[in-house]
Amino acid sequence: MSTLFDVPGPVARRRMVWVNIAATVVVAGIGVWVLARLGAKGQLDAALWKPFLTANPWTNYLIPGLVETLKAAGISIVTSAVYGFVFGLGRLSSSKIVRTLSGGVVEFFRAVPVLLMMIFFYLGLGQLRIIEPSDVPLVAVVLGLTFYNGSVFAELIRSGVHGLPKGQREAALAVGLRDVQSLRLIEVPQAVIAMLPAIASQLVVILKDTALGVIITYPELLDAARRYGSGNGNILQSLVVAALIFIVINYGLTKLAEMLAGRVGRRTAGKPQAEAPTLVTAIGKD
Amino acid sequence: MDDGFLQQFLSLFDEFDVLAAFWVNIQLTFYAAILALVLGTVLAIMRISPVPSLRWAGSTYVTLLRNTPLTIIMVFCVLGLWGQLGLTLSPDFQTNFFRLAVLGLSVYHAAFVCEALRSGVNTVPVGQAEAARAIGLSFWPAARLIILPQAFRGSVAPLGNVLIALTKNSTVAAAASVAEASGLMKTMIEFRPDVILAIFLTFALGFVLIVVPIGLATTSLSRRLAVSR
Repeated sequence: MSTLFDVPGPVARRRMVWVNIAATVVVAGIGVWVLARLGAKGQLDAALWKPFLTANPWTNYLIPGLVETLKAAGISIVTSAVYGFVFGLGRLSSSKIVRTLSGGVVEFFRAVPVLLMMIFFYLGLGQLRIIEPSDVPLVAVVLGLTFYNGSVFAELIRSGVHGLPKGQREAALAVGLRDVQSLRLIEVPQAVIAMLPAIASQLVVILKDTALGVIITYPELLDAARRYGSGNGNILQSLVVAALIFIVINYGLTKLAEMLAGRVGRRTAGKPQAEAPTLVTAIGKD
Repeated sequence: MDDGFLQQFLSLFDEFDVLAAFWVNIQLTFYAAILALVLGTVLAIMRISPVPSLRWAGSTYVTLLRNTPLTIIMVFCVLGLWGQLGLTLSPDFQTNFFRLAVLGLSVYHAAFVCEALRSGVNTVPVGQAEAARAIGLSFWPAARLIILPQAFRGSVAPLGNVLIALTKNSTVAAAASVAEASGLMKTMIEFRPDVILAIFLTFALGFVLIVVPIGLATTSLSRRLAVSR
């Protein structure tokens, strides 16, 4: 915060104590008001919260739901990585046709809402009957997440390679490597390391988006919380608990991303980036 | 693909009002964008302010909201705020759901607006603030005349990203029972399963047509406004 103001002197410090107290009162006041409203509606009754201290909601609803959520997220991460490598390398290909084609695919799937894709795959796979009907929601969630996040990964690899100093490629060619070898052995590994922080923050997006599965009847954590809550009359409490589970996991992933950003600097010639590149900035730059 | 197919596909558009569904998404995006911008700016000011309690409140809000899935927030707005707490934003059933969805979209994206603005503040070099202090400006004049104008220019691109994400996320309003594009797509596919691919591509193209111009506009705007250093 040192960019905006000087180190405060005695007068400013005294003034800040008062402002701080006033602000605390306001912030705490809002908190108390919300709690009072909740209390008045009976939402703070111990009977509604206590069940979460017992085993039943966890063993029968929340943990199986969380397992499904992590399953969908885990599979999606692997498939997105594969997809990202294929199309990321496609965008870096020396053939113009491959480059344009991969570019079009990547930009298209980054512009289409994930939910739209999930609904399409859910209804489409249901129609085709090529997989077990009980697997359809999971596969639809994974496919929707893969097409979107894989495209983001592809974009990360491309911009990571573009962010490397020119000397890396020149040196690779000078020691006799071919184009493809230079990409595979020198450029892409460094690009991936530089992009690790951005990749880690994209994992948060994948985990959060698995919750869209509830709309296509995938029995993930949100669905489990909703079923438990509406069956026991504590839907509000149940949703809060589910949200807290997501927050704890995602907070850990965010911290991991920050830690990576501080660490990978020495292991790559590229500049570490914490976020995915902007949509459509890449159009017309190839 | 013969004539009959195309005609049958086009006849779907007489039966279902696709444009009206997209119009709902655009309206959701519009109102949520304004609310999120206001709330996000307040949060950003709180987070860069010299008052510790405000900084804490701002960063707690951002940490909680940006790590919660939007779908949970949407379901919470309808089942929790309306269903349990009786929060009614309009006597009309449909309008009520619409406004609850706008509320959910706004509180979620405000956290991202706050981060975008903060990243804009980070693009301003320390030398600017030091120079402002050196010529005798105190906190508020320095912030108003030197820091914030440059910060807003630096945050156009990340704000554009938030707007794009918001546009796509307006489909999640389906979880709050708002009749919008993704819901209509589902209905249309269930009605005519044989042309599922054509229906999906129509809706996907609709979003590409909305999102790509936003991306191009904010990218060129951010280039034009960029402070050259």
